Amino acid sequence: MSRSREPGVPVPLLVPAVLAVAFLVLPLVGLVVRAPWGELWPQLTSPAVGEALRLSLVSATAATALSLVLGVPLAWVLARSRARGRSVLRALVTVPLVLPPVVGGVALFLVLGRQGIVGRWLDQAFDVTIPFTTTAVVIAETFVAMPFLVISVEGALRAADARFEDAAATLGADRWTTFRRVTLPLVAPGVAAGAVLCWARALGEFGATITFAGNFPGTTQTMPLAVYLALQQDPETAIVLSLVLLVVSVATLLLLRDRWLTRGVR
Amino acid sequence: MPRCTQVVLPLAAALVLAGCGGPSDDAAGTTASTRGAELDGTLTVFAAASLTDVFTELGEQLEQENPALDVRFNFAGSSALATQISQGAPADVFASADEPQMAVVTDAGLAEGDPAVFASNVLQIAVPAGNPAEVGRLADFAREELALAICAPQVPCGAAAEDVFAAAGVTPRPDTLEEDVRAALTKVELGEVDAALVYTTDVTAAGDAVEGVDVPGAEQAVNEYPIAVLAEGPNPEAAAAFVDLVRSEEGQQALADAGFRIP
Amino acid sequence: MTLSADVRVACGPLTVDLDLEVADGEVLAVLGPNGAGKSTLLRVVAGLLPPDGGRVAVGAEVWDDVAAGVHVPAHGRRLGMVFQDHLLFPHLSVTDNVAFGLRTRGTRTSDARRAAAAWLARVGIADLGDRRPGRLSGGQAQRAALARALVGEPAVLLLDEPLSALDARTRLTVRAELRRHLAEYAGSTVLVTHDPIDAMALADRVVVVEEGRVVQAGTPADVSRHPRTDYVARLVGLALLPGTGEGTTVRLDGGGRVAVAEETAGPVFVAVRPGSVALYPARPAGSPRNVWPARLVSATPHGSTVRCELDGEVPLVADVTEAAYAELGLAPGAAVWAAVKASEVAVYDR
Repeated sequence: MSRSREPGVPVPLLVPAVLAVAFLVLPLVGLVVRAPWGELWPQLTSPAVGEALRLSLVSATAATALSLVLGVPLAWVLARSRARGRSVLRALVTVPLVLPPVVGGVALFLVLGRQGIVGRWLDQAFDVTIPFTTTAVVIAETFVAMPFLVISVEGALRAADARFEDAAATLGADRWTTFRRVTLPLVAPGVAAGAVLCWARALGEFGATITFAGNFPGTTQTMPLAVYLALQQDPETAIVLSLVLLVVSVATLLLLRDRWLTRGVR
Repeated sequence: MPRCTQVVLPLAAALVLAGCGGPSDDAAGTTASTRGAELDGTLTVFAAASLTDVFTELGEQLEQENPALDVRFNFAGSSALATQISQGAPADVFASADEPQMAVVTDAGLAEGDPAVFASNVLQIAVPAGNPAEVGRLADFAREELALAICAPQVPCGAAAEDVFAAAGVTPRPDTLEEDVRAALTKVELGEVDAALVYTTDVTAAGDAVEGVDVPGAEQAVNEYPIAVLAEGPNPEAAAAFVDLVRSEEGQQALADAGFRIP
Repeated sequence: MTLSADVRVACGPLTVDLDLEVADGEVLAVLGPNGAGKSTLLRVVAGLLPPDGGRVAVGAEVWDDVAAGVHVPAHGRRLGMVFQDHLLFPHLSVTDNVAFGLRTRGTRTSDARRAAAAWLARVGIADLGDRRPGRLSGGQAQRAALARALVGEPAVLLLDEPLSALDARTRLTVRAELRRHLAEYAGSTVLVTHDPIDAMALADRVVVVEEGRVVQAGTPADVSRHPRTDYVARLVGLALLPGTGEGTTVRLDGGGRVAVAEETAGPVFVAVRPGSVALYPARPAGSPRNVWPARLVSATPHGSTVRCELDGEVPLVADVTEAAYAELGLAPGAAVWAAVKASEVAVYDR
């Protein structure tokens, strides 16, 4: 790694970069300045907030795990298979990115709701209903967040040298072994980056969750929902709750970065 | 939630008085004179989402009477509107779905004069067409096997629901506390909940997919809609004219047709 | 066991149609310019690319038989392959890279590591097993790649431009080592290269491929003495001139005549080694039978000699010493006389 390549940043890059930082950071500064800091600790330790926070972390993590299990293979198919209709598939994968999340929530109802195509059958055959449960929260978050993972991993797979996979094949590795032992480790940094993006998006998910999973403390009320409802009554509490969410997510990411993300990159 | 009742009742009483006394005559006089003159410019009305249909209709009427006038609406949740107004949004009129959100604006000294209640709304049980779960009374909200939605206590319809349940002595077992009436109603329309407690006007507006079941004792939590001309508004004449139109006989009739109760 | 590959495959605008046999212990070099279809051939033999037609077999084991619908995927073939830029897995240590093929074929981790370490010792990098490939030099990486390809005792070894990623100095040492390892290896080896020196130095037999087809096959000495195409001739440093034999004279197709030592008749090739061409500032006295006026087109130093490309009635390439080059006061554009003894001119049938 060349440490000091060029001391200066060209002005045409520097100015917009500084503006971008200001644009992204100033609203955050607004939150921090306006926050009634005295309330932070009582809020952090209040059982209601703790419950929402725990639910948020658990469901975002579960959504990320589900996205990894389903999304990494999908990314592989998009990047490596020569199946026809791949471009259509890729466009479909990005639909949740464009869809307003509330509409995504309604769409989930139409499939997995009590009256939904699959949900009706689940209800009748197994007496399982998904809406208004923590499972529904995880599903809504996965729906919205998985495309972020798929797109990053697909990009990493495309950038990775496919000839390593040829080399593995000549060493007796079938495609599955090659995927596990060569491809996946090679794109590990991309997978990690995608997982972080996915987790962050799931953590902040609001629209699809409140629509499909509803809002009930302890089972489906995640932090963003709690923040939104607090905003209806007491904006200061809402600010404190947002900060709690912010602090916890940033802390988690920093911790992971030290522990795990950097290892893959070396 | 006794806090709300305490706020609502004195104000309601004051407005009943206002309806009978001199100020009403004054208002009528203003109406005649303002509506005689041609209004122009842009009138910006911030109104609760439940008023969308009625207010749009009244706005068009005012524009017809004053061809030079352009009426614009911002329909949203009352609390969001109250926040926008206190952050300096350039609005002429604010019509809130409840008193506390109007209080946010009046307490900040942003309203011109006292707000007037021009309509009220009571809760009704909304069920999917055909009422498959046979929900007929408030007590059904305690049935665990049903999928039930009520509004979150932080929003007006949720506060009202708490009052109604408290008065009826029912402990509801909802599956979800919805962030607003519209969200609760969507779940009824999709058949994902068996019943939701929402406003009568919302049931009326929802059309055939939703049926309403009257709630005995709904009057325990009447939700009153205040309207006020805003002090910082750029078009005070048009603002006054719009408020007068809402409170006029035809305005009140339009509200009644939409399911509102009128004072 | 003999590797026999009769392969037809379309590769872009090029159709590769090659038929090769490599015996046990034999090293076959496939020599040709870039884009001739050499690597395509290797990918087909490796099973990475299914052929459009033909058959690939090792002894009784059929790997590809298009007519019979047989295609064994790469991971089912007992072969080892060394890639151009080695392609060592960057996330594994050198030992684990070498052990990879054993692990995928079911050897226990500890046994595989032990075998890998033995091979690393054999290729002379026993002490580098714990390193990541990113921290190896080019020569070390090439040795590791060879160990990785050979550790599973494959029936066939495929080498794809194995030395081209190395600098000139390293190439000399690694080439010599590779030669020793290939001599010890019992299976069939196919070496793909565009460098004739690799082919000459490492192979028992050479096939020259141009545009997807074999244009010449034989031992390295055979091919260099009797190049059949311009490409082969230039490759091995000869000027190759087509002509018609008329007794001890060959009338060149491009004009001019060349005196040769033996009698010939009909279409022939005349091959002149650059070292046998002498240059003179004026027409030389005496009577060498082959003397032509020429113009120096370019001069390129090669070690202690300068390779001079000549244009004239007979296009030739001459190697002269640097001293002679200076003495003659040569520079591109200069007019010279070129002379070749008849006994130095090789001639063979077309």
